[in-house]
Amino acid sequence: MQYDVVIIGAGVSGAAIARELSRYQLAIAVVEKGSDVASGASKANSAIVHAGYDCDPGTFMARFNVQGNAMMASLCAELQVPYKPIGSMVLAFSPEDEVHLEKLYQQGIQNGVPDMSIQTGDWAREREPHLSPEVQSVLWAPSAAITCPYELTIALCENAAVNGVSILTDFEVRSLQRDKDAWQISAADGRKISASWVINAAGVYADCINALAGGAPFTICPRKGEYMLLDRKEGTVVSTVIFQPPTAMGKGVLVSPTVDGNVFAGPTALDMQDREDTSTTQSGMDALTRCARLSVPDLHLYNVITSFSGIRAVLKEKHDFLIERSGTVENFVNVAGICSPGLSSAPAIALYVRDLLRDGGLPLRERPDFSPHREHTKPFRHMNRKEKAEAIAHNPLYGRIICRCETVTEAEIVAAIHSPVPARSIDAIKRRTRAGMGRCQGGFCSPRVMEILARETGMDLQEVTKFGKGSWMVCGKIKEDGRNGEDQTHA
Amino acid sequence: MRKEWDVIVVGGGPAGLAAALACSERGIPQENIVILERDRQLGGILQQCIHHGFGLHLFGEELTGPEYAQRFIDRVQDSSIVCKTDTMVLEITNQREVVAVNAQDGLMVLSGKAIILAMGCRERTRGALNIPGTRPAGVYTAGCAQRLVNMEGYMPGKEIVILGSGDIGLIMARRLTWEGAKVKLVCELMPYSSGLTRNIVQCLEDNDIPLRFEHTVVQIHGKSRVEGVTIARVDGDRKPIPSTFEYIPCDTLLLSVGLLPENELTEAAGIQMDSRTKGAMVDQHRQCSVEGIFACGNVLHVHDLVDNVSMEAQTAGIAAADYIMQDRKPEGITVSVQNGSGVSYTVPQRIVPGDEDVDIYLRTRGVFKPATLTIQAGDKTLLQKKKSVMTPGEMEKVTLPAEKLQDIAGTITVSVIGG
Repeated sequence: MQYDVVIIGAGVSGAAIARELSRYQLAIAVVEKGSDVASGASKANSAIVHAGYDCDPGTFMARFNVQGNAMMASLCAELQVPYKPIGSMVLAFSPEDEVHLEKLYQQGIQNGVPDMSIQTGDWAREREPHLSPEVQSVLWAPSAAITCPYELTIALCENAAVNGVSILTDFEVRSLQRDKDAWQISAADGRKISASWVINAAGVYADCINALAGGAPFTICPRKGEYMLLDRKEGTVVSTVIFQPPTAMGKGVLVSPTVDGNVFAGPTALDMQDREDTSTTQSGMDALTRCARLSVPDLHLYNVITSFSGIRAVLKEKHDFLIERSGTVENFVNVAGICSPGLSSAPAIALYVRDLLRDGGLPLRERPDFSPHREHTKPFRHMNRKEKAEAIAHNPLYGRIICRCETVTEAEIVAAIHSPVPARSIDAIKRRTRAGMGRCQGGFCSPRVMEILARETGMDLQEVTKFGKGSWMVCGKIKEDGRNGEDQTHA
Repeated sequence: MRKEWDVIVVGGGPAGLAAALACSERGIPQENIVILERDRQLGGILQQCIHHGFGLHLFGEELTGPEYAQRFIDRVQDSSIVCKTDTMVLEITNQREVVAVNAQDGLMVLSGKAIILAMGCRERTRGALNIPGTRPAGVYTAGCAQRLVNMEGYMPGKEIVILGSGDIGLIMARRLTWEGAKVKLVCELMPYSSGLTRNIVQCLEDNDIPLRFEHTVVQIHGKSRVEGVTIARVDGDRKPIPSTFEYIPCDTLLLSVGLLPENELTEAAGIQMDSRTKGAMVDQHRQCSVEGIFACGNVLHVHDLVDNVSMEAQTAGIAAADYIMQDRKPEGITVSVQNGSGVSYTVPQRIVPGDEDVDIYLRTRGVFKPATLTIQAGDKTLLQKKKSVMTPGEMEKVTLPAEKLQDIAGTITVSVIGG
C-alpha cells in the first residue's frame, strides 16, 4: 500500500499528528508495534495537562506545553475525552523551596503561563485541607488540568480512523529504505508499505527508528516512573494537582485526582537500560509512599488498588523535545524525546509537524468531509437514571452489567470491540471501557470479558490475550473426564 | 416490574436464598419477596465450587457446591418468591429504595419494607498486596481461576505457584493438579494457614504440594506472560529476608490472600460499618444501623462454612419478617460487644437483650492451643469456654444465655487466651 504519510508510533504524539493530518486529502497510516494504540508511555503517565512554568524558556517544551494547554479543553470536548481544569500547586516547605517557587513563577511569566500566583500555606490548606501543615507557600497555576492519556490517544486514533487514516497494529518496523521518491517500510511479520513521508513518533524507540532511516544519530534514555493508584474512597483527599519542588530527574512526586475519581501518587524517576522494563519495585513503592506523605500526610496507602510504571523517552543530547525534518535523509521527520510535558504538548506538536510537512512541500488540501468530532456514547456509569432507562430500552445489553466495580455494561464492551480502532485484547477493552479497572481488578469480570471478546470476534477463548502476542489467558481445555485419569492418584 | 415489596433481597447466593425462604416461612407472602441476583443463575459462588464438603452441619451429608445451592434453589423456585437474575443493583438508599437494572425490565426503582443485604464478598488482589514486578497475563485470583476451570472449562496455566493458603487456593491446588497442571508450591505469609485443616490435608498433603509458611512472593517476572516469581521467607515483622530470595519458574500465579465483604452499596446507603469485619455493624438479629436493613452471609463477615452462612441468613430472614409484621418496638438498652485480647472480631457487634439466647461468632487473632474464651461484663465473668485449639481459619461460636444478659449495662468483652 502506498501512503502519503506514515507515522511510526500510536502514542499520543503520533495519534495527535495523524488526527491533525486527517483534515487534509492525504493517504495516511499509523503503524504501531503494540497490539493496541496507546500501549507505551501514553498508557502510563501522570495524566496532567501542565501549565508550563517548569520548562526552560525558549525551548520547544515551553512553547508547545503552553500552546497545547490552551488547545486541550476544546480538543477534549471535540473528542469527548474527560478533561478537568483543576489547577496545580507546587509546594514549598522551606526558604530554599520558596526561592525555587519564585524561579518557576518567573519562568512561567516568560513562557506565557496565564493567571499564576504565589500563595501562602494557609491559603493552600483552605483549598486542600489534607495538605501538610509544613507547607509554607505554593505556586498556584489554575490553567493546569487533568485528562486521561490513553483515552485521549484512543480518541485521537478513532477520530483519525473515521477520517480515513489506517491504523496498523502489531506492525513492528524492521526496515526503512528510501528509494527514488518513496520510503519502503517493512514490518517484522513481513507486511510492506510505502510512503512519501515518514514521521518518527516511536517513543522510547525513536532513536532506533531514526537509525534505521539513516538519520543523524541521537539517543533516547528510558526513564522509569512508578505510580500507585488508590481506590475511589480516597478520591476526595485532594482536588488539585499537588507537586513537590522539582528535582533534576523531573517534576517530583505528585499527588493528584484522576478524571475517574481515583487518586494517585507518582512518579518516581529512574534511568533504565531496558526500554520495556515497566516492572514496579519495592524500593519505588517505598519511595512513593514516603514522598507522597510529605505532601499529604494522611493519604491512606492501604487503599492502593494497583501500581504500575511507565517509561518516559528522554533525549540524551539536550533537555528538550527533538522535533525537526531530518537534515540527512529526505522526507523524514523526527518527533523524539517526547517525555513530560509530552501529553500537554501533543496538540501543539501536531500543528508544528503539519507545518514542517507543508514547508517541506507536501500539498495540504482540506478534506470537505473532515469531522473533528468523535462519536462516543456517554459511559453508563455517568448517565442519570432517565438516561440509563432510555439506554437499556434502546439496547438491552446496557442492562447487563459485566464489570461491577466500574459499572461497565455489555453494550459498552461490545461497542469497544467494534469501534473504529477495534479492541482485540482484555487490556484494550479495559482502556476503552474501564472494565477491570476497579477495586477487584478484573477478578469477577475478566472471564466474562474474555467470553464476550471471543463471541464477538469468533476467536476461541485460547486465542484471547491480555495485551497481544504471548500474553495468553488460558492454555487449553480441561480434560473431558478430569477426575478419572491417572492424575487423580498422582501423589 | 412492580415497585412496592415487603422484602427485597440483594443477592441470590446461599445467604440471599436462605434469607428469602426464612422470610416466607415466618409468614411474609412469597409473592411479596423479591431476590435480585447479578449473575445469570442463582446460587452465587457455590456454582463454581464443584468440590464436595458442603452441608455437613446443616444436612449431615457432604454435598458439592452446586448440589448444596440446588437444595435452596429448588425450594425458592417451587415457591412464589420472585427471582430476577442477570440483575444488578446500582444503589440502595437509607429510605429502603433499591435501584437495579437488567436487560428485560430496564431500570427499576423498587422500595421494600425490609431489605436484606446478601452480596457476598470478593477476593483481595495483587494491587491490594502491592506485589512488585511486571504486569503480565497469568496473575489470577484463585476464584477467578476456579471460574475459568469449573464454569468455562479452560486451564489458566500449566505451572502454578499459589500465594496464600485460603480455602479457595487450597481447593484450586488440588483441582489444577487433577487437571494435569503442576502446582509447585503454596506460600503463606503467616506461620499458620487461614484455610480449613481438612483442606490442607486433602488438597495439599494428599497431592504432595509443599506449603511454605512465613513465605511470600516478592516479585513477579515475565513480560507478556508470567515466567516466574521470586519468593522469600519473612521475618517476625512479615518483611522479606533478602538472603532467602528464591526464583521459581512458573507461568501462573494464583492469589488466595483473603476475601473482602463487598459493601460498596452498604456504605453508600450510609450504614455504619465495622472496620474489622469490613461488614455492617449489626445486632444479633443482623439488623444494621439503618432500620429495616439486614445483612447476612459473607457481606457481613467472611465465613469459612456455607452452613453457617445459611444459618445466619435464616436469622436475618426471620428478623426481617418480624420487623415487618410486628412493628418492633424501638430498641431499648443495647449492649456493645467489645473485642478483648486474642479476638479479631465478633458478630454481632451489639446485642438487644431479650428472651432468647444469643450466639456470638468470633475469630481469634493468632493460634491458641489450648484456648480459653471468656466473656466478661466489667469484672464479672459471664461465661468461659475451653477448647483444644482455636485458629483464625475456623470461626468460633459461643452461645450467651438470655439470663446472663439481664442487667448488663454498656459493654461486654470477649477475649481468648492460651492455656
